[in-house]
Amino acid sequence: MPEGQILFLLLALLFGLAAGLVGCFALMKRMLLAGDVISHLALPGLGAAFLFKVNPLIGGATTLFLGTLLVWQLQKKTGLTTDATIGVVFAAALAIGAAVTPRQDLIDALFGELQQVSPRGFLLGLAATLVVALSLFLLKDRLALAIFSPDLAATTGVNVDRVNLSFLLVFSLTVLIGLRFMGTLLASALIILPAAAARQLTEKLSNFLVVSAAISLVSVLAGFLLNAFVLKLSILGPTIVLFSAFFFALSMLAKKA
Amino acid sequence: MTSPLLAVKNLHVVFGDRAVIHNLSFEAQPGQSLAVIGPNGAGKTVLLKALLGLIPYAGMIRWRPDARLGYVPQKIEADRQLPLRLRDFLAAKAAVLKLPFGELDRVSSEVGLTQDALDASIGHLSGGQFQKALIAFALMGQPNVLLFDEPTASLDELAEERVYDMLHALQRDKGMTLILVSHDLSVVYRYADMVLCLSKGTPCMGPPREVLTPETLEHLYAAPPKYYRHVDDAGAEGRKSQE
Repeated sequence: MPEGQILFLLLALLFGLAAGLVGCFALMKRMLLAGDVISHLALPGLGAAFLFKVNPLIGGATTLFLGTLLVWQLQKKTGLTTDATIGVVFAAALAIGAAVTPRQDLIDALFGELQQVSPRGFLLGLAATLVVALSLFLLKDRLALAIFSPDLAATTGVNVDRVNLSFLLVFSLTVLIGLRFMGTLLASALIILPAAAARQLTEKLSNFLVVSAAISLVSVLAGFLLNAFVLKLSILGPTIVLFSAFFFALSMLAKKA
Repeated sequence: MTSPLLAVKNLHVVFGDRAVIHNLSFEAQPGQSLAVIGPNGAGKTVLLKALLGLIPYAGMIRWRPDARLGYVPQKIEADRQLPLRLRDFLAAKAAVLKLPFGELDRVSSEVGLTQDALDASIGHLSGGQFQKALIAFALMGQPNVLLFDEPTASLDELAEERVYDMLHALQRDKGMTLILVSHDLSVVYRYADMVLCLSKGTPCMGPPREVLTPETLEHLYAAPPKYYRHVDDAGAEGRKSQE
Protein backbone atom coordinates (compact mmCIF):
# COMPACT_ATOMS: atom_id res chain seq x y z
CA MET A 1 0.00 0.00 0.00
CA PRO A 2 1.49 3.43 -0.88
CA GLU A 3 2.19 5.78 2.01
CA GLY A 4 -0.53 8.21 0.93
CA GLN A 5 -3.11 5.46 1.14
CA ILE A 6 -1.92 4.31 4.57
CA LEU A 7 -2.18 7.87 5.83
CA PHE A 8 -5.64 8.01 4.25
CA LEU A 9 -6.70 4.93 6.21
CA LEU A 10 -5.23 6.30 9.44
CA LEU A 11 -7.01 9.61 8.92
CA ALA A 12 -10.27 7.77 8.25
CA LEU A 13 -9.78 5.84 11.50
CA LEU A 14 -9.14 9.06 13.40
CA PHE A 15 -12.35 10.43 11.97
CA GLY A 16 -14.12 7.24 13.02
CA LEU A 17 -12.89 7.67 16.58
CA ALA A 18 -13.98 11.32 16.82
CA ALA A 19 -17.33 10.58 15.16
CA GLY A 20 -18.05 7.66 17.50
CA LEU A 21 -17.44 9.81 20.57
CA VAL A 22 -19.27 12.93 19.39
CA GLY A 23 -22.24 10.81 18.27
CA CYS A 24 -22.89 9.67 21.84
CA PHE A 25 -23.45 13.20 23.09
CA ALA A 26 -25.37 14.18 19.95
CA LEU A 27 -27.69 11.23 20.58
CA MET A 28 -28.17 12.27 24.20
CA LYS A 29 -28.90 15.83 23.10
CA ARG A 30 -31.45 14.42 20.64
CA MET A 31 -29.75 16.28 17.82
CA LEU A 32 -28.44 13.38 15.76
CA LEU A 33 -30.35 14.17 12.63
CA ALA A 34 -30.10 17.90 13.20
CA GLY A 35 -26.37 17.38 13.58
CA ASP A 36 -26.33 15.40 10.37
CA VAL A 37 -27.48 18.48 8.60
CA ILE A 38 -24.64 20.57 10.08
CA SER A 39 -22.24 18.86 7.68
CA HIS A 40 -24.18 20.33 4.76
CA LEU A 41 -23.17 23.78 5.97
CA ALA A 42 -19.77 23.04 4.48
CA LEU A 43 -21.18 22.77 0.96
CA PRO A 44 -21.19 26.46 -0.02
CA GLY A 45 -17.56 26.78 1.11
CA LEU A 46 -16.49 23.60 -0.66
CA GLY A 47 -18.24 24.75 -3.82
CA ALA A 48 -16.67 28.21 -3.72
CA ALA A 49 -13.25 26.61 -3.11
CA PHE A 50 -13.65 24.34 -6.15
CA LEU A 51 -14.78 27.33 -8.16
CA PHE A 52 -11.82 29.52 -7.19
CA LYS A 53 -9.32 26.64 -7.05
CA VAL A 54 -8.35 27.03 -3.39
CA ASN A 55 -8.01 24.24 -0.84
CA PRO A 56 -11.55 22.85 -0.42
CA LEU A 57 -10.98 22.21 3.28
CA ILE A 58 -10.41 25.89 3.93
CA GLY A 59 -13.61 26.80 2.11
CA GLY A 60 -15.58 24.02 3.81
CA ALA A 61 -14.26 24.91 7.25
CA THR A 62 -15.14 28.57 6.79
CA THR A 63 -18.82 28.10 5.98
CA LEU A 64 -19.12 25.17 8.39
CA PHE A 65 -18.00 27.20 11.38
CA LEU A 66 -19.78 30.39 10.30
CA GLY A 67 -22.96 28.35 9.80
CA THR A 68 -22.53 26.74 13.22
CA LEU A 69 -22.19 30.13 14.89
CA LEU A 70 -25.25 31.33 12.98
CA VAL A 71 -27.25 28.30 14.21
CA TRP A 72 -26.22 29.04 17.78
CA GLN A 73 -27.06 32.74 17.54
CA LEU A 74 -30.45 32.06 15.93
CA GLN A 75 -31.19 29.56 18.66
CA LYS A 76 -30.39 32.10 21.35
CA LYS A 77 -32.18 35.02 19.72
CA THR A 78 -35.35 33.28 18.55
CA GLY A 79 -35.73 30.59 21.23
CA LEU A 80 -36.25 28.01 18.48
CA THR A 81 -34.93 24.50 19.11
CA THR A 82 -31.60 23.36 17.67
CA ASP A 83 -33.26 21.24 14.99
CA ALA A 84 -35.46 24.13 13.80
CA THR A 85 -32.57 26.57 13.53
CA ILE A 86 -30.33 24.02 11.84
CA GLY A 87 -33.19 23.26 9.43
CA VAL A 88 -33.42 26.91 8.43
CA VAL A 89 -29.69 27.45 7.97
CA PHE A 90 -29.24 24.11 6.24
CA ALA A 91 -31.82 24.80 3.55
CA ALA A 92 -30.12 28.07 2.68
CA ALA A 93 -26.64 26.49 2.74
CA LEU A 94 -27.63 23.63 0.45
CA ALA A 95 -29.18 26.00 -2.06
CA ILE A 96 -26.13 28.27 -2.12
CA GLY A 97 -23.80 25.27 -2.27
CA ALA A 98 -25.66 23.66 -5.18
CA ALA A 99 -25.65 26.95 -7.05
CA VAL A 100 -21.94 27.75 -6.71
CA THR A 101 -20.35 24.27 -6.91
CA PRO A 102 -19.08 23.45 -10.42
CA ARG A 103 -21.11 20.53 -11.77
CA GLN A 104 -18.17 18.13 -12.15
CA ASP A 105 -17.15 18.72 -8.52
CA LEU A 106 -20.61 18.39 -7.02
CA ILE A 107 -20.43 14.60 -6.56
CA ASP A 108 -17.04 14.90 -4.83
CA ALA A 109 -18.39 17.60 -2.54
CA LEU A 110 -21.47 15.57 -1.65
CA PHE A 111 -19.95 12.10 -1.33
CA GLY A 112 -16.22 12.67 -0.87
CA GLU A 113 -13.41 11.10 -2.86
CA LEU A 114 -10.64 8.60 -2.40
CA GLN A 115 -7.37 10.46 -2.49
CA GLN A 116 -3.81 10.46 -1.30
CA VAL A 117 -3.31 12.15 2.06
CA SER A 118 -0.19 14.24 2.59
CA PRO A 119 1.75 13.94 5.87
CA ARG A 120 0.67 17.50 6.65
CA GLY A 121 -2.97 16.68 6.04
CA PHE A 122 -2.64 13.67 8.29
CA LEU A 123 -1.06 15.68 11.10
CA LEU A 124 -3.86 18.25 10.89
CA GLY A 125 -6.41 15.45 11.15
CA LEU A 126 -4.56 13.97 14.12
CA ALA A 127 -4.49 17.35 15.88
CA ALA A 128 -8.20 17.89 15.21
CA THR A 129 -9.05 14.44 16.58
CA LEU A 130 -7.06 15.14 19.73
CA VAL A 131 -8.90 18.44 20.17
CA VAL A 132 -12.26 16.67 19.76
CA ALA A 133 -11.41 13.90 22.24
CA LEU A 134 -9.92 16.27 24.80
CA SER A 135 -12.79 18.76 24.52
CA LEU A 136 -15.36 16.01 25.03
CA PHE A 137 -13.44 14.71 28.03
CA LEU A 138 -13.41 18.18 29.58
CA LEU A 139 -17.03 18.92 28.63
CA LYS A 140 -18.64 15.59 29.48
CA ASP A 141 -19.88 16.37 33.00
CA ARG A 142 -21.20 19.81 32.11
CA LEU A 143 -22.77 18.43 28.95
CA ALA A 144 -24.46 15.63 30.88
CA LEU A 145 -25.96 18.10 33.37
CA ALA A 146 -27.01 20.55 30.65
CA ILE A 147 -28.68 17.74 28.69
CA PHE A 148 -30.47 16.41 31.76
CA SER A 149 -31.74 19.78 32.97
CA PRO A 150 -30.49 23.20 31.87
CA ASP A 151 -31.84 24.71 35.12
CA LEU A 152 -30.00 22.27 37.37
CA ALA A 153 -26.86 22.74 35.31
CA ALA A 154 -27.13 26.53 35.65
CA THR A 155 -27.60 26.33 39.43
CA THR A 156 -24.46 24.19 39.54
CA GLY A 157 -22.57 27.04 37.89
CA VAL A 158 -22.52 25.61 34.38
CA ASN A 159 -22.75 28.19 31.60
CA VAL A 160 -25.26 26.24 29.50
CA ASP A 161 -25.00 28.55 26.47
CA ARG A 162 -21.26 28.20 26.35
CA VAL A 163 -21.43 24.42 26.74
CA ASN A 164 -23.91 24.19 23.85
CA LEU A 165 -21.73 26.33 21.62
CA SER A 166 -18.62 24.35 22.51
CA PHE A 167 -20.40 21.14 21.63
CA LEU A 168 -21.62 22.50 18.27
CA LEU A 169 -18.05 23.56 17.44
CA VAL A 170 -16.65 20.15 18.43
CA PHE A 171 -19.34 18.56 16.28
CA SER A 172 -18.38 20.75 13.32
CA LEU A 173 -14.70 20.01 13.79
CA THR A 174 -15.47 16.30 13.69
CA VAL A 175 -17.43 16.72 10.47
CA LEU A 176 -14.49 18.65 9.05
CA ILE A 177 -12.09 15.76 9.68
CA GLY A 178 -14.25 13.44 7.61
CA LEU A 179 -15.37 15.94 5.01
CA ARG A 180 -12.99 15.21 2.14
CA PHE A 181 -13.39 11.46 2.02
CA MET A 182 -17.00 11.10 3.24
CA GLY A 183 -18.44 14.24 1.63
CA THR A 184 -21.01 16.61 3.09
CA LEU A 185 -23.85 14.08 2.74
CA LEU A 186 -22.20 11.11 4.40
CA ALA A 187 -19.74 12.67 6.86
CA SER A 188 -22.21 12.70 9.68
CA ALA A 189 -23.59 9.22 9.00
CA LEU A 190 -20.67 7.91 11.01
CA ILE A 191 -21.69 10.23 13.84
CA ILE A 192 -25.24 8.84 13.83
CA LEU A 193 -25.07 5.10 13.23
CA PRO A 194 -22.40 3.85 15.68
CA ALA A 195 -23.89 5.89 18.53
CA ALA A 196 -27.39 4.59 17.77
CA ALA A 197 -26.04 1.01 17.68
CA ALA A 198 -24.07 1.43 20.91
CA ARG A 199 -27.13 2.85 22.67
CA GLN A 200 -28.90 -0.49 22.13
CA LEU A 201 -26.13 -2.28 23.95
CA THR A 202 -25.33 -0.25 27.05
CA GLU A 203 -26.87 1.85 29.83
CA LYS A 204 -23.67 3.33 31.19
CA LEU A 205 -22.10 6.51 29.80
CA SER A 206 -18.48 5.30 29.80
CA ASN A 207 -19.42 2.00 28.10
CA PHE A 208 -21.58 3.89 25.63
CA LEU A 209 -18.61 6.00 24.53
CA VAL A 210 -16.27 3.02 24.23
CA VAL A 211 -18.73 0.81 22.30
CA SER A 212 -19.72 3.63 19.94
CA ALA A 213 -16.09 4.48 19.16
CA ALA A 214 -15.31 0.78 18.62
CA ILE A 215 -18.21 0.24 16.21
CA SER A 216 -17.19 3.36 14.32
CA LEU A 217 -13.54 2.24 14.02
CA VAL A 218 -14.48 -1.26 12.88
CA SER A 219 -16.90 0.19 10.29
CA VAL A 220 -14.17 2.41 8.84
CA LEU A 221 -11.63 -0.42 8.72
CA ALA A 222 -14.06 -2.94 7.23
CA GLY A 223 -15.35 -0.39 4.71
CA PHE A 224 -11.84 0.53 3.67
CA LEU A 225 -10.70 -3.07 3.23
CA LEU A 226 -13.82 -4.11 1.32
CA ASN A 227 -13.39 -1.18 -1.01
CA ALA A 228 -9.63 -1.56 -1.45
CA PHE A 229 -9.69 -5.26 -2.26
CA VAL A 230 -13.16 -6.02 -3.63
CA LEU A 231 -15.33 -3.12 -4.76
CA LYS A 232 -12.64 -0.64 -5.79
CA LEU A 233 -15.11 2.27 -5.88
CA SER A 234 -13.81 5.81 -6.28
CA ILE A 235 -15.56 6.84 -3.05
CA LEU A 236 -15.24 5.30 0.39
CA GLY A 237 -18.25 6.73 2.20
CA PRO A 238 -20.93 4.28 1.08
CA THR A 239 -19.11 1.10 2.17
CA ILE A 240 -18.29 2.59 5.58
CA VAL A 241 -21.86 3.74 6.09
CA LEU A 242 -23.22 0.35 4.99
CA PHE A 243 -21.02 -1.42 7.53
CA SER A 244 -22.13 0.85 10.33
CA ALA A 245 -25.77 0.33 9.29
CA PHE A 246 -25.10 -3.41 9.38
CA PHE A 247 -23.71 -3.08 12.93
CA PHE A 248 -26.81 -1.14 13.92
CA ALA A 249 -28.96 -4.02 12.65
CA LEU A 250 -26.81 -6.47 14.63
CA SER A 251 -27.22 -4.35 17.76
CA MET A 252 -31.01 -4.57 17.40
CA LEU A 253 -30.75 -8.36 17.23
CA ALA A 254 -28.37 -8.41 20.22
CA LYS A 255 -30.81 -6.31 22.24
CA LYS A 256 -33.69 -8.64 21.43
CA ALA A 257 -31.70 -11.74 22.36
CA MET B 1 -30.46 41.07 64.74
CA THR B 2 -28.46 39.38 61.98
CA SER B 3 -28.76 40.70 58.45
CA PRO B 4 -31.38 38.92 56.34
CA LEU B 5 -30.19 35.95 54.31
CA LEU B 6 -32.26 37.12 51.38
CA ALA B 7 -33.62 40.56 50.60
CA VAL B 8 -36.00 41.06 47.69
CA LYS B 9 -37.14 44.53 46.75
CA ASN B 10 -39.54 45.70 44.05
CA LEU B 11 -39.15 42.50 42.07
CA HIS B 12 -40.79 42.42 38.65
CA VAL B 13 -40.80 39.47 36.29
CA VAL B 14 -42.42 39.90 32.91
CA PHE B 15 -43.12 37.26 30.25
CA GLY B 16 -43.99 38.91 26.95
CA ASP B 17 -46.46 41.60 27.98
CA ARG B 18 -47.71 39.78 31.08
CA ALA B 19 -46.33 40.73 34.50
CA VAL B 20 -46.07 37.43 36.39
CA ILE B 21 -44.54 39.02 39.49
CA HIS B 22 -45.32 42.64 40.17
CA ASN B 23 -43.53 44.79 42.74
CA LEU B 24 -42.77 42.05 45.27
CA SER B 25 -40.65 42.78 48.35
CA PHE B 26 -39.80 40.43 51.24
CA GLU B 27 -36.95 39.14 53.35
CA ALA B 28 -35.94 35.71 54.58
CA GLN B 29 -33.92 35.08 57.74
CA PRO B 30 -31.28 32.38 58.24
CA GLY B 31 -32.70 29.08 59.49
CA GLN B 32 -36.21 30.05 58.46
CA SER B 33 -38.65 27.75 56.72
CA LEU B 34 -40.49 29.98 54.28
CA ALA B 35 -43.43 28.55 52.37
CA VAL B 36 -44.59 30.23 49.18
CA ILE B 37 -48.26 29.61 48.45
CA GLY B 38 -50.77 30.92 45.98
CA PRO B 39 -53.06 29.83 43.17
CA ASN B 40 -51.68 28.36 39.96
CA GLY B 41 -50.21 31.02 37.72
CA ALA B 42 -49.42 33.33 40.66
CA GLY B 43 -45.71 33.04 39.89
CA LYS B 44 -44.43 30.68 42.60
CA THR B 45 -42.08 28.70 40.35
CA VAL B 46 -41.13 31.90 38.54
CA LEU B 47 -40.17 33.45 41.89
CA LEU B 48 -37.87 30.52 42.70
CA LYS B 49 -36.25 30.73 39.28
CA ALA B 50 -35.69 34.46 39.67
CA LEU B 51 -34.16 33.88 43.13
CA LEU B 52 -31.81 31.36 41.50
CA GLY B 53 -30.89 33.78 38.73
CA LEU B 54 -32.29 31.47 36.04
CA ILE B 55 -34.57 34.06 34.43
CA PRO B 56 -34.26 37.79 33.79
CA TYR B 57 -35.98 40.14 36.26
CA ALA B 58 -36.13 43.77 37.29
CA GLY B 59 -35.68 44.96 40.87
CA MET B 60 -33.33 43.70 43.55
CA ILE B 61 -32.59 40.19 44.77
CA ARG B 62 -29.76 40.14 47.27
CA TRP B 63 -28.44 36.99 48.92
CA ARG B 64 -26.05 37.25 51.85
CA PRO B 65 -22.53 36.48 50.55
CA ASP B 66 -22.29 33.24 52.54
CA ALA B 67 -25.52 31.83 51.04
CA ARG B 68 -24.97 28.56 49.13
CA LEU B 69 -28.07 27.59 47.20
CA GLY B 70 -29.42 24.13 46.49
CA TYR B 71 -32.40 23.73 44.16
CA VAL B 72 -34.90 20.92 43.89
CA PRO B 73 -37.08 21.56 40.84
CA GLN B 74 -40.59 20.29 40.20
CA LYS B 75 -40.48 16.80 38.84
CA ILE B 76 -38.35 16.78 35.71
CA GLU B 77 -39.44 14.51 32.90
CA ALA B 78 -36.24 12.47 32.80
CA ASP B 79 -35.37 11.35 29.31
CA ARG B 80 -35.54 7.56 29.53
CA GLN B 81 -33.14 7.32 26.63
CA LEU B 82 -30.30 8.89 28.58
CA PRO B 83 -27.58 6.34 29.26
CA LEU B 84 -26.89 8.01 32.57
CA ARG B 85 -26.86 6.15 35.85
CA LEU B 86 -27.86 8.08 38.94
CA ARG B 87 -24.27 7.69 40.12
CA ASP B 88 -22.96 9.36 36.92
CA PHE B 89 -25.46 12.19 37.33
CA LEU B 90 -24.36 12.94 40.90
CA ALA B 91 -20.69 12.44 40.00
CA ALA B 92 -21.07 15.03 37.22
CA LYS B 93 -22.02 17.68 39.77
CA ALA B 94 -19.18 16.61 42.05
CA ALA B 95 -16.76 16.95 39.13
CA VAL B 96 -18.05 20.35 38.02
CA LEU B 97 -17.85 21.76 41.56
CA LYS B 98 -14.63 19.86 42.34
CA LEU B 99 -16.21 18.41 45.47
CA PRO B 100 -14.18 16.07 47.68
CA PHE B 101 -14.27 12.35 47.09
CA GLY B 102 -16.95 10.85 49.28
CA GLU B 103 -19.47 13.69 48.87
CA LEU B 104 -21.56 11.43 46.66
CA ASP B 105 -21.73 8.71 49.31
CA ARG B 106 -22.43 11.25 52.03
CA VAL B 107 -25.51 12.74 50.36
CA SER B 108 -26.71 9.33 49.18
CA SER B 109 -26.79 7.97 52.69
CA GLU B 110 -28.26 11.21 53.99
CA VAL B 111 -31.34 10.89 51.79
CA GLY B 112 -31.41 7.08 51.89
CA LEU B 113 -30.44 6.19 48.32
CA THR B 114 -29.39 2.55 48.03
CA GLN B 115 -26.46 1.28 45.96
CA ASP B 116 -29.01 -0.36 43.64
CA ALA B 117 -30.65 3.00 43.03
CA LEU B 118 -27.28 4.65 42.40
CA ASP B 119 -26.46 2.04 39.76
CA ALA B 120 -29.87 2.30 38.07
CA SER B 121 -30.39 4.30 34.92
CA ILE B 122 -31.80 7.67 35.91
CA GLY B 123 -34.78 7.32 33.58
CA HIS B 124 -35.82 4.10 35.29
CA LEU B 125 -36.09 5.37 38.87
CA SER B 126 -39.45 5.32 40.64
CA GLY B 127 -41.09 8.64 41.53
CA GLY B 128 -39.92 8.46 45.13
CA GLN B 129 -36.35 7.52 44.26
CA PHE B 130 -36.20 10.21 41.62
CA GLN B 131 -37.29 12.82 44.14
CA LYS B 132 -34.62 11.61 46.56
CA ALA B 133 -32.09 11.78 43.72
CA LEU B 134 -32.98 15.41 43.07
CA ILE B 135 -32.68 16.21 46.78
CA ALA B 136 -29.31 14.42 46.93
CA PHE B 137 -28.19 16.44 43.91
CA ALA B 138 -29.22 19.68 45.64
CA LEU B 139 -27.46 18.71 48.87
CA MET B 140 -24.10 18.13 47.19
CA GLY B 141 -21.69 20.94 47.99
CA GLN B 142 -23.29 21.53 51.40
CA PRO B 143 -25.77 24.31 50.60
CA ASN B 144 -27.19 26.31 53.51
CA VAL B 145 -30.33 27.32 51.61
CA LEU B 146 -32.62 24.85 49.88
CA LEU B 147 -35.17 26.08 47.34
CA PHE B 148 -37.77 23.43 46.86
CA ASP B 149 -40.51 23.53 44.22
CA GLU B 150 -43.57 21.40 44.95
CA PRO B 151 -41.49 18.79 46.72
CA THR B 152 -44.05 16.04 46.65
CA ALA B 153 -46.20 16.70 43.60
CA SER B 154 -45.58 13.22 42.20
CA LEU B 155 -45.45 11.19 45.42
CA ASP B 156 -47.98 9.16 47.36
CA GLU B 157 -48.81 10.29 50.88
CA LEU B 158 -46.36 8.06 52.68
CA ALA B 159 -43.44 9.08 50.52
CA GLU B 160 -44.56 12.69 50.83
CA GLU B 161 -44.44 12.45 54.62
CA ARG B 162 -40.91 11.04 54.50
CA VAL B 163 -39.67 13.83 52.25
CA TYR B 164 -41.04 16.47 54.58
CA ASP B 165 -39.59 14.77 57.63
CA MET B 166 -36.23 14.73 55.88
CA LEU B 167 -36.48 18.42 55.03
CA HIS B 168 -37.51 19.23 58.57
CA ALA B 169 -34.54 17.29 59.93
CA LEU B 170 -32.17 19.17 57.62
CA GLN B 171 -33.52 22.44 58.85
CA ARG B 172 -33.46 21.42 62.51
CA ASP B 173 -30.06 19.71 62.57
CA LYS B 174 -28.10 21.85 60.15
CA GLY B 175 -29.81 25.17 60.54
CA MET B 176 -30.58 25.11 56.85
CA THR B 177 -32.91 27.74 55.43
CA LEU B 178 -35.80 26.34 53.39
CA ILE B 179 -37.81 28.17 50.77
CA LEU B 180 -40.50 25.87 49.55
CA VAL B 181 -43.36 26.19 47.12
CA SER B 182 -46.30 24.05 48.14
CA HIS B 183 -49.92 23.50 47.32
CA ASP B 184 -50.49 21.49 50.42
CA LEU B 185 -51.71 23.82 53.15
CA SER B 186 -51.53 21.16 55.86
CA VAL B 187 -47.82 20.78 55.08
CA VAL B 188 -47.39 24.53 55.25
CA TYR B 189 -49.10 24.58 58.67
CA ARG B 190 -46.86 21.83 59.93
CA TYR B 191 -43.44 22.76 58.63
CA ALA B 192 -43.26 26.43 57.72
CA ASP B 193 -42.56 29.18 60.19
CA MET B 194 -43.22 31.93 57.65
CA VAL B 195 -45.64 32.07 54.73
CA LEU B 196 -45.49 34.25 51.64
CA CYS B 197 -48.68 34.25 49.65
CA LEU B 198 -48.58 35.32 46.05
CA SER B 199 -51.71 36.35 44.24
CA LYS B 200 -52.88 38.76 41.65
CA GLY B 201 -53.56 41.30 44.39
CA THR B 202 -51.26 42.43 47.19
CA PRO B 203 -48.95 39.67 48.43
CA CYS B 204 -49.03 38.92 52.15
CA MET B 205 -46.45 37.53 54.51
CA GLY B 206 -46.46 36.33 58.10
CA PRO B 207 -46.40 33.27 60.36
CA PRO B 208 -48.83 30.51 59.28
CA ARG B 209 -51.21 31.16 62.15
CA GLU B 210 -51.66 34.76 61.08
CA VAL B 211 -51.69 34.30 57.33
CA LEU B 212 -53.59 31.08 56.86
CA THR B 213 -56.96 32.33 57.99
CA PRO B 214 -60.15 31.45 56.11
CA GLU B 215 -60.48 35.09 55.03
CA THR B 216 -56.99 35.41 53.50
CA LEU B 217 -57.28 32.00 51.85
CA GLU B 218 -60.61 32.85 50.35
CA HIS B 219 -59.17 36.10 49.09
CA LEU B 220 -56.00 34.38 47.83
CA TYR B 221 -57.64 31.53 45.96
CA ALA B 222 -60.85 33.43 45.16
CA ALA B 223 -62.66 30.26 46.32
CA PRO B 224 -62.32 27.74 49.15
CA PRO B 225 -58.85 26.22 48.55
CA LYS B 226 -59.84 22.54 48.79
CA TYR B 227 -62.44 22.94 46.09
CA TYR B 228 -60.06 24.84 43.84
CA ARG B 229 -57.23 22.31 44.11
CA HIS B 230 -59.49 19.34 43.55
CA VAL B 231 -60.92 20.55 40.30
CA ASP B 232 -58.13 22.41 38.62
CA ASP B 233 -54.78 21.03 39.76
CA ALA B 234 -53.78 18.83 36.85
CA GLY B 235 -54.72 21.06 33.95
CA ALA B 236 -53.32 24.24 35.40
CA GLU B 237 -50.05 22.54 36.32
CA GLY B 238 -49.61 21.50 32.70
CA ARG B 239 -50.11 25.03 31.56
CA LYS B 240 -47.72 26.39 34.12
CA SER B 241 -44.94 24.04 33.18
CA GLN B 242 -45.15 25.26 29.60
CA GLU B 243 -44.57 28.87 30.61
